[in-house]
Amino acid sequence: MSGIHDFTLASARDALKARKISAVELTNAHIDAIERLDGQLNSFITRTPDRAREGAKAADAALAKGEGGNLCGIPLGIKDLFCTNGVRTTAASKILGNFVPPYESTVTANLLKDGAVFLGKLNLDEFAMGSANLTSAFGPVENPWKRKDSDAKLVPGGSSGGSAAAVAAGLVLGATGTDTGGSIRQPAAFTGIAGIKPTYGRCSRFGTIAFASSLDQAGPMARNLEDCAILLESMAGFDPRDSTSVDTPVPNYEASLKRGVKGLRVGIPREYYTKTGLSHDVALLWEKGMRWLQEAGATIFDVSLPHTEYALPSYYIAALAEASSNLARYDGVRFGERVSAPSLDGLYEASRAAGFGEEVKRRILIGTHVLSSGYYDAYYLRAQKVRTLIQQDFLKAFENVDVLLTPTAPSGAFAQDEKPTDPVQMYLNDVFTVPASMAGVPALSVPAGLDARGVPLGLQLIGKFFDEETLIAAGHAIEQAAAFHHRPTLHAGVSA
Amino acid sequence: MSLDAKTVTRIARLARIGLQPGEVETLGQDMGSIIDWVEQLKEVDVMGVDPMIGTGLAKPRLREDRVTDGDCRDKVLANAPEREGPFFTVPKVVE
Amino acid sequence: MSYRITGSTGEWEIVVGLEVHAQVVSEAKLFSGASAEYGGEPNTHVSLVDAGFPGMLPVLNQECVAQAVRTGLGLEAEINLFSRFDRKNYFYADLPTGYQISQFAHPIIGKGKVLVDLADGSTREIGVTRLHLEQDAGKSIHDQDPTRSFIDLNRAGVALMEIVSEPDIRSPEEAGAYLRKLRQILRYIGTCDGNMEEGSMRADVNVSVRKPGETDYRTRCEIKNVNSIRFVMMAIEVEAQRQIEVWEAGGTVDQETRLFDHVRSETRSLRSKEDAHDYRYFPDPDLLPLVIEQSWVDELKTALPELPEAKRARLEAEYGVSRYESSVLCVEQATADFYETVARGADARLAANWMLGDFFAALNRTGRSIEDSPVSAEGLRELLGLISNSTINGKIAKEVLEDMVETGDSASAIVERKGLRQVTDTGAIESAIRDILAANTDKVDEYKSGKDKLFGFFVGQTMKAMKGKGNPALVNETLKKLLSE
Ligand SMILES: [Mg+2]
Ligand SMILES: [Zn+2]
Repeated sequence: MSGIHDFTLASARDALKARKISAVELTNAHIDAIERLDGQLNSFITRTPDRAREGAKAADAALAKGEGGNLCGIPLGIKDLFCTNGVRTTAASKILGNFVPPYESTVTANLLKDGAVFLGKLNLDEFAMGSANLTSAFGPVENPWKRKDSDAKLVPGGSSGGSAAAVAAGLVLGATGTDTGGSIRQPAAFTGIAGIKPTYGRCSRFGTIAFASSLDQAGPMARNLEDCAILLESMAGFDPRDSTSVDTPVPNYEASLKRGVKGLRVGIPREYYTKTGLSHDVALLWEKGMRWLQEAGATIFDVSLPHTEYALPSYYIAALAEASSNLARYDGVRFGERVSAPSLDGLYEASRAAGFGEEVKRRILIGTHVLSSGYYDAYYLRAQKVRTLIQQDFLKAFENVDVLLTPTAPSGAFAQDEKPTDPVQMYLNDVFTVPASMAGVPALSVPAGLDARGVPLGLQLIGKFFDEETLIAAGHAIEQAAAFHHRPTLHAGVSA
Repeated sequence: MSLDAKTVTRIARLARIGLQPGEVETLGQDMGSIIDWVEQLKEVDVMGVDPMIGTGLAKPRLREDRVTDGDCRDKVLANAPEREGPFFTVPKVVE
Repeated sequence: MSYRITGSTGEWEIVVGLEVHAQVVSEAKLFSGASAEYGGEPNTHVSLVDAGFPGMLPVLNQECVAQAVRTGLGLEAEINLFSRFDRKNYFYADLPTGYQISQFAHPIIGKGKVLVDLADGSTREIGVTRLHLEQDAGKSIHDQDPTRSFIDLNRAGVALMEIVSEPDIRSPEEAGAYLRKLRQILRYIGTCDGNMEEGSMRADVNVSVRKPGETDYRTRCEIKNVNSIRFVMMAIEVEAQRQIEVWEAGGTVDQETRLFDHVRSETRSLRSKEDAHDYRYFPDPDLLPLVIEQSWVDELKTALPELPEAKRARLEAEYGVSRYESSVLCVEQATADFYETVARGADARLAANWMLGDFFAALNRTGRSIEDSPVSAEGLRELLGLISNSTINGKIAKEVLEDMVETGDSASAIVERKGLRQVTDTGAIESAIRDILAANTDKVDEYKSGKDKLFGFFVGQTMKAMKGKGNPALVNETLKKLLSE
């Protein structure tokens, strides 16, 4: 089976450059796939086939002249948290109404500059708040994977669940995601794809709708790390419009794939065994991962990240405090949903009550509470101090090792109707991903195997500041050893 | 422990989120359980630890004092749910 | 002499602190590239950052930071090399993001001081607690529609310096003097134009009262956004009066925000207590802490212009002008510059006299400012030169100045044109005096019999006869001589 839907991003790029396929053909094939499959998956909020075809035509013209950037003619999906000029941007929230940004986020502008073709805007948890893509105002996203013994609808993870599902199902060759506490890595793991959360400050936040400013990072999601590397190289870079953007050159990430792991020192944080609800399948896969890296020439070390168990509660305080403030601008005055009322406060309260979903409201209220008078020191300030300790844990560990290897999530994808009713239980999905977010260090997830029920599992690698290259090299070694070639039940290569 | 109705109402008022009477109780429970859970941070010894501000990676950067933006009223007003001429409008604010 | 208000239970002292919001002089806004210029069509000086659009981020304007540092230096204040921007969270129609970015916990400028001059010639030092940078809000327009307010975001995001004084002010006069002095310093350094009508300087006034001798402060009220010095002084008076009445009636003053209504000359409560604000300050995660270098501060300090106090001291030392004269001459930098141009190469004391007297009067009469004065500094200097070298006398000089204002001609041209050279020919003076004495023999007799006051009459008559051109000293001398004959 070698059809148009077997292309990876890298092989499609090469085929386009070699004129073995046209960008229009490639784009049309993906538009068709979206039409066939996305009724069920619901991975898109807004489809932009006309714009995509136009972009593909322009790409073909450029390619014909031997021009065009590294992504020329590559069809991508964009998480609907990135503002796109002239294309409705919703953050999966009713409160943004029919918001059409008159500007382009830096990350998507970078991709467009390199010739990428956007197929549309991908579904997510409302304002990126969720780990199962169940909080979107545009309905849940379905994971294209099925358990082998059941037809239950599985969640794709979140918040970049639409991105994950669309990539896994072959509706796009790659997608943008954003990761605040695991929102790229956990859905990547749940859908059997790769995803990178770069170092905080690596990708500009300009034009990306904020959840928690000090944690939000954009990153690529694609079928494998080679594709992710190509995307990251385009997305990343210094942006003077983002004060937290870091001015350091973007390396050739694709080249780092070939670097290998000989002599690499890999740390295994022991607290990830003891302080988390690790499933048996996940524990087994983790051990496999260690063995694969060892066999490829790396050395395994036991390391300690003593404050691991406090990462999740401090994350929720810091993230929700920031979110409560970041989301104050959605007030029904300058853009978005407005519910009329006779008084200004009435307008605010009615618009925000109607516009925000349950989880977002809950998080805004908690964030408001932890910042309010008398609670600031006990909650917010303390959480930020704990955050310093968490970062120090990582910096200390990285004195002795080059990367850390952990599972990405405590389990594989769960079914939509297995969603825990206790919000805290839901938050535990991010227990492995949140510490790296809190420290600002880069991390990625690669698909590494299936659990007993045939659902994909991912392994996470965490690296030093701005050392995405080592992460990609180590991740690629796992990819090669794991030889993960499974495809989900629903994907574009299978005719419906 | 569930957050009491008065607290939930006060917070919702600060956040300008209108709540239905029924929501106050469930939110109080949910918020209470989350607050209880984060209480575990009290175990951590944070004596002498500086709070994290940013991740300490970017260098402070200052912009040149030049007019490079603005003069885009159409863009500013294009998404307004309600406007009058060149203005956004809101229900009358009495001072 | 201390300012006291007498109530039914005796005397009261007032305690006042001022929070001044001064708009920073800059091209662009504090965190966006939109123009900071006053005015403009509604919502044109607005970027999507100012309007709080999703994904928009603030980037700090270097010049605004420099302006704050310059001002801090002008207030002889501590310059904090580390400062930080926090978010002050509250909802309001003209606050697009739902928070104001302001330096709450770590202001860029710490303790400083302002020296104020009082009418009785004394000076007082008023402490400055801090100065911090923050964003202005937009404007709500309430009078265009019966049911709606209109929002213009042109001001939203413009840089403000909030300058907070210690509660050191003890009278309305001191409050006025403090504001005038502060405005003077800001204008000298060029960090704020001090234009209160355009709102580029406005004050929140914190007022409390207490019995003389009490060392603790009683509850204060904050009167928001008073936009003229006169109103600040009035507001303090009526608010103090109100509080005294409350205390004397056995009540207690509630800490609250109030509004000054100058038409009814009263203050009114602005917000009910139940809706008390909880601003939930926290460090703005979109911005890094602001770290500046001492070397940069030193550079800014070196480039600072001469400040009012130093200029006054120098004018007094260099030109021998009085403290009062120096204070008037130094109100505006341009006036001091004008004065120095005149005083260099003229009689400096005479120059001060003339500027404070006839020259300012001429400016007032013509409604001109020193910058577009109808008479140049060089022109005035020439006029004073003509007095000093006895070409004309002081009285004629006044006439010449008026002509200069009207025609723009030079002093010497006017003197020639009108033949105003003073007469120093003793023969001519003597003959004029003899005519006067001959025509007034009765008065001469009276004078000689002891009515000394008549001397002035003879001087006047002589000058009149000489069309004012007689050299006053010679006229006096000759009169004395002839009357004693
Ligand atoms: Mg104030
Ligand atoms: Zn202020």
